Formats: sequence, structure tokens, C-alpha cells
Amino acid sequence: MHNFEQIVQAASAAFAATDNPDALEQVKAAFLGKNGQITDLLKGLTKLPPEERKTAGAAINRAKEAVEAELNARREAIRQMALEARLAEEALDVTLPGRGQPRGGLHPVTRTLERIEGLFRSIGFDVADGPEIEADFQNFTALNTPADHPARSMHDTFYLQDETGGVAKNVLLRTHTSPIQVRYMQAHVAKYASLATMPEIRVIAPGRVYRVDSDATHSPMFHQVEGLWIGEAVSFADLKGVIGDFLRRFFESDDLQVRFRPSFFPFTEPSAEIDMAFMQGALKGRWLEIAGCGMVHPNVLRHVNIDPEKYIGFAFGMGPDRLTMLRYGVNDLRLFFDGDLRFLRQFV
Amino acid sequence: MKFSESWLRSFVDPVCAGAEFTHLLTMAGLEVETEETVAPSFGQVVVARIVELEKHPDADRLNVCRVDTGSGELAQIVCGAPNAAIGVKVPCALPGAVLPGGFTIKVAKVRGVTSSGMLCSAKELGLAADADGLLVLAADAPVGEDIRRHLDLDDRLLTLKLTPNRADCLSLEGVAREVSALTDTPARYIDVKTIEPTIQAQRAIVLDAPQACPRYCGRVIAGVNARAETPVWMRRRLERSGLRPISALVDITNYVMLELGQPLHAFDNTRLNGAIHARMARPAEKIMLLNEQTFEMQGDVLLIADDHGPVAMAGIMGGEESGITLDTSEVFLESAFFTPTAIAGRARRYGFGSDASHRFERGVDFGGTRRALERATGLVLHICGGQAGPLCEALATLPARPTVRLRPARAAKILGIPLTNERIGDFFSRLGLPFSRDGGDFLISPPTYRFDLEIEEDLIEEIARLHGYQNIPSSVPQATLAMLPQTETARPLQRVRQILADSGYQEVINFAFVEDNWESDFAGNRQPIRLVNPIASQLSVMRSTLIGGLVANVATNLKRRQTRLRVFETGRCFRRDPKGSPVEGFHQPWKLAALAYGSALPEQWAIQTRNVDFFDVKSDLERLLAPLSATFEKAAHPALHPGRSATVSINSQVIGFIGELHPKWLQKYELPLPAVLFELDLSAVLNAFVPQYREISRQPSVTRDLAIMVSQELELQTLVSGLTSNKPAIVREISLFDVYAGRGVEAGKKSLAFRIVMQDTQKTLLEADVNSAMQTLVTYLQETFAAQLRV
Repeated sequence: MHNFEQIVQAASAAFAATDNPDALEQVKAAFLGKNGQITDLLKGLTKLPPEERKTAGAAINRAKEAVEAELNARREAIRQMALEARLAEEALDVTLPGRGQPRGGLHPVTRTLERIEGLFRSIGFDVADGPEIEADFQNFTALNTPADHPARSMHDTFYLQDETGGVAKNVLLRTHTSPIQVRYMQAHVAKYASLATMPEIRVIAPGRVYRVDSDATHSPMFHQVEGLWIGEAVSFADLKGVIGDFLRRFFESDDLQVRFRPSFFPFTEPSAEIDMAFMQGALKGRWLEIAGCGMVHPNVLRHVNIDPEKYIGFAFGMGPDRLTMLRYGVNDLRLFFDGDLRFLRQFV
Repeated sequence: MKFSESWLRSFVDPVCAGAEFTHLLTMAGLEVETEETVAPSFGQVVVARIVELEKHPDADRLNVCRVDTGSGELAQIVCGAPNAAIGVKVPCALPGAVLPGGFTIKVAKVRGVTSSGMLCSAKELGLAADADGLLVLAADAPVGEDIRRHLDLDDRLLTLKLTPNRADCLSLEGVAREVSALTDTPARYIDVKTIEPTIQAQRAIVLDAPQACPRYCGRVIAGVNARAETPVWMRRRLERSGLRPISALVDITNYVMLELGQPLHAFDNTRLNGAIHARMARPAEKIMLLNEQTFEMQGDVLLIADDHGPVAMAGIMGGEESGITLDTSEVFLESAFFTPTAIAGRARRYGFGSDASHRFERGVDFGGTRRALERATGLVLHICGGQAGPLCEALATLPARPTVRLRPARAAKILGIPLTNERIGDFFSRLGLPFSRDGGDFLISPPTYRFDLEIEEDLIEEIARLHGYQNIPSSVPQATLAMLPQTETARPLQRVRQILADSGYQEVINFAFVEDNWESDFAGNRQPIRLVNPIASQLSVMRSTLIGGLVANVATNLKRRQTRLRVFETGRCFRRDPKGSPVEGFHQPWKLAALAYGSALPEQWAIQTRNVDFFDVKSDLERLLAPLSATFEKAAHPALHPGRSATVSINSQVIGFIGELHPKWLQKYELPLPAVLFELDLSAVLNAFVPQYREISRQPSVTRDLAIMVSQELELQTLVSGLTSNKPAIVREISLFDVYAGRGVEAGKKSLAFRIVMQDTQKTLLEADVNSAMQTLVTYLQETFAAQLRV
């Protein structure tokens, strides 16, 4: 019996002394091969008396199993060592930068416009678009601003030359996005002409607008978002509710104040200017003009064949450039239109 | 509208003051744009009289004055001002006074002589930027009076940014009326006396255009002294309203305009001939105005004319020839009502404006025409002397002031607040709007000075203003819900922009008006749409392409040491088109353009840096369009390299172009490296389709490679489309994986390698099927393109 334990111990020691699979297989042969020690013992069983054979055989088999277990353990250990060696070899400097094309980004005003669209869509506003070279009728007349109305001087308008170099009649670069509401209402009325009561109009119209004005706070091209809600009972109080809600959602803050004060636009009556003030931060307490708004003037509704006795509602026009500046702390409007990548990349 | 608060308070003096008062005005729609103080803060400066004056014993330029400051003793003060003289009254800062800038006055010795105070100039008191001596006060200034009180230096100057509908507030009396209503404080208006004529001189007045000028009042005043001094109080009020005092007669007309809102004009009566006519201009009539500019009148301009010709552009500006001078002794004073439509826009058309036209085009109180003339006459007689003739008036039909009905329920519905009839009645009373009742409704007769009250909504605004916009609650709006449509056959613009951004491009927004050159260089457009009134010559034409802006973006960023640039823009472009819609004559498509410049990838480790090329950008374009697939056809474009430019088509429809910027433009616009760009019609890019599922074949596919040599000239697309239309049905995919020319390939030829994927929908392919299909392809290539098979 003693002999068997020695063999197992010797095998274990011999296996442990090897550190690669080939060497291990050679060492294995010395114990389990054709002329291996265990094999020899098994061969020797025939020489034993029959009554001893059974116990001796069982003992040899136990030794064989023990040697095999040692062998398998060593095989596994060597495999593990090899894997670890490989893994160690393959290790990277994971702090090296990733390779490839970096992402570009959207313009900050686009970002703002997308957020505005998303917020208004969430309460069922459609988004509309319209031409930038606009008819005088849609830009002014249909908005209750006939020719020579003093309010036209509030908008310094760009006019276009005709082919012969004269002033093209009846067209201009739109001075606001309000003409889109005119076109939208015309289409809406036509679409639902057959119904006794037309569905509500809820729409915003973002876009570029143009005025002859250029300094640190004015750009000859800038953005506006027009909004319009017409229904059977849409009140000034609703206007206040929607705008207040919008500003708190847009700035993600309840920490701001909004005020409405009387103003004048030919296409709304009553009209209001909307000011906003933050209660925190660098601009704390300063009233900032955000938008103009009011209840849609009955003449505007009549121009598009909507009965102002039956339908009322509000319109507003806000400046997304200004909102972008306030949201991201940009202090110069001109940066938006300068194409400076050092600026634009900050909004990726 | 700029004015002095103390002048306003002479009409109405509510309790609220300072910031609270300006806030009140702003919240009522009379936005206070600026508020200025008349003088910086200082104190202990009084009116003083120089009683004695002698030369300083040790300084040539200094005088030693003995000054009466009202304290009972004379103060000794050393003073270097050249206009210090015995008897004059000047401001004197007493010891202890702190002047603007923090300068404290102490008793001190000046070159050995004690000086107990300082005589001040306007500059030292912060009243003027410059001064060349002491501020000499009026001879009757009370000695010892605090100078702030004497000169009313605690006054504030308010500038209102009035909206065009509130012409009634373009006068002190008008603002006072409003403040009275807002604060419920009674106002005291000017008690204007009717002037009894003392001479009979008068001038006939004829209303030839009664619609444009339905009321004209005039009066001759003879024997005036045009050189009379304008009283200090009037000068001060004018100056504090931003008007420069000129001469007594002009100052009086300006003063009454500010006070009552009625623009007046004073003619030199001796330069007028015959009757005064208010008539429309005749063809080619010219007039030289007081601003010394001569204009030819158009037929819709209202003139004031005498028997010889025009003497004024009515309501806008008087003529130079009939104007008053310091030698005028006889004036003809005009106070008239010109209708807003007769005046509006005319001055602007001629490139100027005036305080008068500003008021007339917005609406002047036609009930106050006579009163203003009486007021001005009284002031002329008082200040310049003279004898007044009778007030002559020509009157036609004045604008009707139809009553306006207000239904309280409609007001409540529009504003979203409950309103009682008492409250509404109170608001109207405070505003001075006369009303009667008709059942539950109010019938309002708009006053002659309120041109903005024509319809019910105008009155609703008045109710809202007096109620206070801030007191209208914010309500959560209610609506019936219906889902908005959301089509899958178009991609949102946001998505398209995001794909480009994800491909490394930065969005820019460029001006839609561009340099003339850009249009000819990048679009071959020599007849761009020009602006009549561009803001600058380099912003004078409407763009028909976005490329110019992108090229300029690269050039400016290169100057800022940004060397690798990828930019894109989406925006409208413009060109003339008789079939254009919705605005006739103009096609205004949205376009999308992108441009890449510099290295293909940012310089980075283990990647060889190379410049961006056509195929890099083509790949970005294909990624943008997917799942739509475009075809490319070599085509010339004015902006692009002729050998490296192509049209982009989808379903045989050209939707744009791609290519390398022409080397001559690289040079002209100072780009040292090639730039690759594309521009597409955005509407085509937004097209999408609803995917339709097709059965996935369960049969295994077989892949074979095919390498051929063809002429260098042959375009891949020609080869592939020929191959595709002649392929056996089992060939599912033909994709290029290698292009090679050079060593080992005959000159003038190139080697192309394709991967061919074959699959049958019904059965497993046999070797024979595959070989036969490959042979079909090879034969086609050999016969059609003289291709040689490479083995």
C-alpha cells in the first residue's frame, strides 16, 4: 500500500515540475504510459495470488485514479497559466484615445428650435413652414397692416429688385413668421369647409426672418417662432398659461417670473409683450423681452374667412435666438451667424 | 416721447413715484424705455451773488471774490473763472459740499488766501460735459436757494417707447390723462383762454382736399418780436424733452406740440400770397423744405399752398421760403387736422421724418385744433408781443366717431376673467370714455384723441389694461385631443440633420443674402435676385446655392487656425421662376449642402493622415440617403473640378451634385487644400418609404470572386448596370471589392474585382448552375466591354 502512495506523490511532484502541455504528456507516460509505473503494477497483478488480487487491484485503481486526477488538475493549471500569459500579453493601454470620425453637431439655434417644436407638439401643436420671399399681402395686409400703416415702420423691410432693376412689386423678405399663420389658417379653413365646426387650429411656425437692422443685438437675419391657437373658447388667460408653461419647461426651471404688459401689434387685440426674469444666476431680476403676443384680431380672422364671433384665440411670436442665448449663456447674437467652429462645437 | 417728470406732475401728481411710477407706466403699455436723472447727486450748493472781486495778490489768473450766499455774511472765495464778475449770480458749493465725483469742498488756502467754498461751472455740477466758465444764473435767482431746487435738478427724464396706436400719449396732457386714469388721481389741464382779436388781419383758407385736411385753423399775429428771449422755464422743458431751443416763435410751436400734442406751423405772413390752400400736389411740383432739401412731390402728397405755389408739405415740414426768421414781424400760425392716411408713409418715402409727421400719421386730436392755436397765440403775445387777428377756421367733415358696443360677456370670454358691469363702467369713467347703456351692453363714444378705439376688442384691451394684465390668471388650457398625423413616407428634417452631424459635420446657419460673386462663381448665376436696400454690398443678393456660405465658413475658420472642417447647412435658396409658388415669380426650395476640408480623419494614432477625397464625402452622402440609393453621373458644374464632379440622381431624377471645389475657386477663396462638397434638394432627401417584408430564402448562398481587366476609361456604373440587367436570376449581389492599376496591369487598363453572391429561392445550387452563371457574366463582360479575365 505504501508503495502506491509514493507513486501518487511522485506523480504529483513530477506533474507540478512541468509547465507546458508537451512536457506534461511526457511525464504522464512515466506513470500511465505503456511502461509506466501504474501500468507495470497493473501488469504485476497477474503474479499475485488470486485472493490478494482483488484488494490489490482496487488499490492500484485508486492510485491510478489519483494520478489521473493530479494530471487533469495540472493540465487545467497549465491551460490557465497559458491563458493568463496570453491575456497579459494582449493587455492594452485603455487610456489611448478611440480612433475614427468624431461626431459633428447641430447649431445651437437648431437645438432650441427642436426643443420648442417638441414642447409644443406635446400639447398638440402642428409645425408649419412658409416662404421667406413673401407676398406683401400675407406679411402685412392680411395681418391688418395695410400699406402706409405706421406699424410698417416698426419693421424695417428688405425689398427686392425686379429683373429690370426696379423695385419688385408686392414682394419682400418676410419680416416675421406671422404670414405662415395666415397661410396655415387659409389651408385649414379650406380643408374643413364642409364641417359645421372646424377643428381647433394649433400650430407653431419657426423660421428665418429679415429686417434692415444690424448691431450687437440685432442681426439682419434672425429666427422667429410664431404660434397660433384658435378655437371656440381660447382666452387671454389660456395664452398666459401656455406661455408660462412653455418658459418653465424650456428653461427647466420654476424659478422664473413671467410678466405680460400691454403692447401693440396690428394683428392682435389685446396685445402684450412678454418679459421674463430669472430668479437666480447672472441675469437675476432683469426683465428680458421674450415675445410679443395677443388675441388674434378679428380682421385677421375675417381675412381668412373665420367668423370671429364663433372662434377666438391667441397668437404669439418669440425669438429663439434670444432664448438660445439665455439658455446657454451666449452673450453675442452675431456668434450664431458667424460660422466659428470654436463656438459651434460647444453644442455637439 | 421724452419728457420731464416734473412737467408731467404739473398736470397730475399721483402718490406713487420713482421706480413704482415707471413700473406703473410700463405695465399699462407706456413702456418706459429709459429714465435719466437731470443731474448727478450732490448737495450744499446754493445760489450766490458775487459782491466784490479783486485780483489775487499772488496769482495773475485768480480772483478773490466776496460772495453773498444768503447766510448773512459774505464768504471769501478764490476763483479762476474768466467770467467771474461783480453782480453775477452763480452756484456756490459751500464748505462740506460733496460734488459729483466725490469731490469734497473744504475751507482751504489758495496761494495764501483763504477760500471758503467754490463757485461752480455746469461741468463741475455734472450738468454739462464742458464748460468755459461759471454757470451764470438768472438775474432774479433768489440768493441762498438750493441750486437743486432752483434749477429743478431732482427732476427725472422719462422716455416712453410708445406703440403706434397710442398717439394720444404723444403729449404731456395725453400722458397725464393716462396717468390720471391709471392712478385714479384727478388731473389739472391747461385752462386755455380764447384770445380776442385786436386787429382784423386774416387770410382766407380753402380746403381743396377736405378728406385729407378736414379742419384748418389759422391766425395772423402782427408786430411780433421774433428776437424775444424764450423764457427759462420753457427752454428747460424743451431741453428736457430732447428739443433744442431755437427762437421764441419756433420754441412756442414746439412747446405747444409737446404740451397738447398738436403740431403747429408758423409762416412768415409777409411771404405768403393770397389764400391758404390745403390741396394735393400737382404733377412735378417742387418745394424746398426747412431742412434745405428740395423734393418733387407725388400726387398723393398733401400740400399747404398759397396763390403762388406750395409753402409746406402738410403735416410734415414747412417750406424754406415761407419760414420764419429772426426778422419776422408778422406770423401766420397754423393749427390743422390732417388725416393719418393723408400723411402716413409720405415722409418715409422721401427719406426723412419729423415730430409733426410722427404725430399726424398716428392721429392728432381733431377736437383740439382751435384750443392749441389759442394756447400758442397766448404764448406768442406773452413772449413776443404783437397783435392777434381773428382765429379763422375752415371746416369740412371730420372723421366719424361711431359708437362701439362692448358686451361684457364677450370681454370676459376673451380675457378669461369674470367682470362686473360696475367695474367695467368704472374703468371707462376713469379713462374718460363717455358711454351709455343698452341692456347689458356698453355703448362707448370714442373721444377725438383716441384713434385706437374702433372695435369691441379695442375696448376689451382697455379693460384688460386697467384691470392689469398681471391680474389676469394663467389658466391651464383645455382642448379636445386628436393625434397629429405622422407620416413614414417622409423623414423629419431633424433626422437628416442628425445623420450629417453623426457623420462629423457641424451645422452652420449663414445669411440668405450673399456676395454677388458667390452666385456667379458657385452657381453660374449672373442674374441673381438683388435686394433694393441691402445692409452691405457683400450681402446684396439672395442665394441660389448654399455653397458660398460654406466656402466662406472654411476660409474664416482657417484664419482662426482651425484646419480640419466639415460643415453643413439646410436652408432656403431662391431663384426667379415664373411658375414659382406659393409666392408668384420665385422658386424657394429648401436645400442641404455639406462641405469637407482638410484631413479625412482627425490626425490620430495608428491611422495614416490623408486629405479628404471625393469618395469619403460620397460615402457620407450615401449614408445620408440610405435606404434611398443614388446614381452618380459625371457632369460639369460651375463650382466644381470638371473631372471630379457628378450629378446625384434618385430614380433618374437629378436631386443635386457632388464634387471637388474647382481649383480656381480654391485659389480665389484662399483654401490651400481640396474641398469636397455636395448640395441636394432637401425635399428629395426627406423622401422615405414604408419597408415591405420579403421572404428570406432558406437556400444556402454561394460566393465567387471575379477579377477582370478593362479599359481605364470605363466607368464602373456603366459596367455594373450592364451586368445587372444581363445577369442570370440566381445572381443576387455584385459588389466591387478592389480596383487596381499600375504594376502588373497593362497601361490604359485597370483591374476590377467583384464578389458575386448567388442563391436560388427554391433549391440548393449545384456546381454546374454556379459555373454556368459565372460564365454568363464573363461572356457578357468580354463581349460588351472587351474585358479580359484575370486568373
